[in-house]
Amino acid sequence: MKFASKLIQFDAAPGDRFRPTATPIYQTATFEQEHADRFGDFDYSRSGNPTRKVLEDHVATLEGGVRGFAFASGMAAITSVAHTLRAGDEILADSDLYGGTCRLFTRVLERSGITARYADAGDLATFAARITPNTRLIYVESPTNPLLRVLDLRALATLAHAHNALLVVDNSLMSPYLQRPLELGADVVLHSATKFLCGHADVTGGVVVVKDAKLAGDIAFLQNAEGNALGPFDCFLLQRGIKTLKLRVDAQQRNARQIAEFLAADPRVDQVFYPGLATHPGYELQRSQATGAGSVLSFTAHSVEAAKAIAERAKMFQICVSFGSIHSTISLPGCMSHASVPPEIAATRELPPQLVRISVGIEDAGDLIADLNQALTGADVVATTSSSLAQTEAR
Amino acid sequence: MPHSHDIATVAIHGGRSLDTHASSLIFPLYQTGTFVHDAVGVDKGFSYSRVSNPTVDALEKAIGALEGTPPAVCFRTGLAAEATLFFSLLKPGDHVVLGEVLYGGTIRLFREVLEPFGVHASFVDSADPSNVERAITPQTRLVFIESPGNPVLRLTDIAAIAEITKRHGLLLVVDNTFLTPVLQRPLELGADISVISTTKYIDGHNATVGGSLATHDVALAERFRLIRKTLGSIQAPFEAWLTLQGLKTLPARLRLHCENAQVIAEWLESHPAVARVYYPGLKSFPQHELALRQQRSGGGMVSFELDAPSSTAIAVLNAAQLCSRAESLGGLETLLTHPASTTHADLDHELRAHLGISDGLIRISVGLESPTDIIADLEQAFSAAGCPTHAEEATHEIR
Repeated sequence: MKFASKLIQFDAAPGDRFRPTATPIYQTATFEQEHADRFGDFDYSRSGNPTRKVLEDHVATLEGGVRGFAFASGMAAITSVAHTLRAGDEILADSDLYGGTCRLFTRVLERSGITARYADAGDLATFAARITPNTRLIYVESPTNPLLRVLDLRALATLAHAHNALLVVDNSLMSPYLQRPLELGADVVLHSATKFLCGHADVTGGVVVVKDAKLAGDIAFLQNAEGNALGPFDCFLLQRGIKTLKLRVDAQQRNARQIAEFLAADPRVDQVFYPGLATHPGYELQRSQATGAGSVLSFTAHSVEAAKAIAERAKMFQICVSFGSIHSTISLPGCMSHASVPPEIAATRELPPQLVRISVGIEDAGDLIADLNQALTGADVVATTSSSLAQTEAR
Repeated sequence: MPHSHDIATVAIHGGRSLDTHASSLIFPLYQTGTFVHDAVGVDKGFSYSRVSNPTVDALEKAIGALEGTPPAVCFRTGLAAEATLFFSLLKPGDHVVLGEVLYGGTIRLFREVLEPFGVHASFVDSADPSNVERAITPQTRLVFIESPGNPVLRLTDIAAIAEITKRHGLLLVVDNTFLTPVLQRPLELGADISVISTTKYIDGHNATVGGSLATHDVALAERFRLIRKTLGSIQAPFEAWLTLQGLKTLPARLRLHCENAQVIAEWLESHPAVARVYYPGLKSFPQHELALRQQRSGGGMVSFELDAPSSTAIAVLNAAQLCSRAESLGGLETLLTHPASTTHADLDHELRAHLGISDGLIRISVGLESPTDIIADLEQAFSAAGCPTHAEEATHEIR
């Protein structure tokens, strides 16, 4: 079955006597048991819930894994994967990582004796040199957020396995429609389901899919032991959103491409980061491991003032953290989504302060471009005025 | 469920629908529009959620258990229940007798919708059953009353009206929204159909809107389902689910609503700013004896008249801080309304006066806050609106 069909053709209510087309919402804390000494399929909603199970099975199918898990947030999903480690273990992560992940690895995991190291996974030789006998997980996003660097997931999987480590890929920026890391050799794929999987910005959630049954058992144990699973109503909404994943991503990607081309040709923009542009250094690699470039892109303005003015003047792009929804959004990663990167790590990352990230929605591309155009024009005036003011003051 | 069970138990276990799939303690929310058929024309009892839905069914069984009837029929709103009821039973040329102290929406349903379709209505003071009997014509099909009536809580002797309707071969419909089957059993008193706006005490949390019809007559219930399917007035699954959850605490909530209402009614009665209190639980209530006979308690609604013009009553509402100015009733929060300027504003002054809806009338839906706090709020609101207070009264007496 093709991916578009898999999104729709699944059993929404396995075993349900009424055969509803939408998954019933089992908004219940507990389940009655037939026997006092052994449990049925479900006993307590922290451990398992029928609504959640439909979602978990569906994402497992979409990512091509053996088992899926739904969590209360993307960070809860990452936490559960990280908690398969123990004191003394190490994580080697790419240096261009979502701020919240960086904060978890550095500020939280280090308390339990787990060390995170960061290196440029785009430079495989240097990256490999940072692997130690204690490295258990190699953790990357591709394309990275917010710089849209493309990492070679096949090569990273080979590298991880050569060192007896697992490759974990945060696939939030792509979704399983565009990229399926497990098929490229990764061991664990995870998502902030808040992004493309949900698509409507109305659920905070995360998912993990693995392809090894033993690892699946370990994550299931942690999901129950730590109590981070997604609630039934959110599972229902997420499941509902997933059905239109392809439609949304197709529309978003078409818009993103036009916007990227517009920005690339505009003199008020310095550099555009979008792997769908042939000029992007990761263009070919992206084509070899994904079926599209997605709809998140970033660009550098002439100055921080201009970047701020663009974000504030854009009317159709809401200033928001998060990405992947049907609404177009705009942010300055340096002071928003990546502000949680510990300063010592931020210092080693080349995150330009004038970087603007946009997540392109499903509005009309012409309207979005016109809006960016007016925002760039206004920002240009502001930036020119403030820099000439600064010069006047200096005198 | 054996009949010996108390209503508090029935509210939780009566008509409980078991989830046979996962044995979920709480019945699942079937938020679905449609159902897959095993084969053409073969389904598992559910085909389309406008016709029926497992979660709505669960609510219907639970309300039926409270009413002591087969499963009730649930609707999007209380008015959708009433509209479906009338369209199920009436045709052009038919006549209906209604109690005159009635929710404004029911009156509007007749004036704006049913009368243009050729259904005629007579509104009578049903507190005197002979008025109902006099209004009956050869075209009369049903009698519809509300007891206690909104907003002055005028009671109608349900058993006495039922004796009349039976004698004339008519259906008696009672809107039991103010008391619910926990406090008043219209079907046991001889009524044929019980109507409830579940928005009020049944849900009890001001979280949903909904309505129900209950009857022992299975053929009649089927007629309601047919017309509901035709009009599309069925309750929504999520609303049904929330109502089902709310209903379980109905007896416990009502006990406290009634306790608080009694305390507040007695306090109001002793207040110098208050000319008159309408509460069936007060000995001074003209129909107190009837209340004792057909109700298990006075209920949670209290109305009172200020010895003051409309502007003062409005000032009291505006000065309230704890109590909310809001329509609806029966929820956890205490709500105040001024019927003369809101719910009954479109009636002329003379008719309002006839129904006892004076300019100074205020209706309280007594919530579950501490009655001491509710009283303190009313006292400060009276004072802010320039009403005489207990302290001033005392001073007068000393002089």
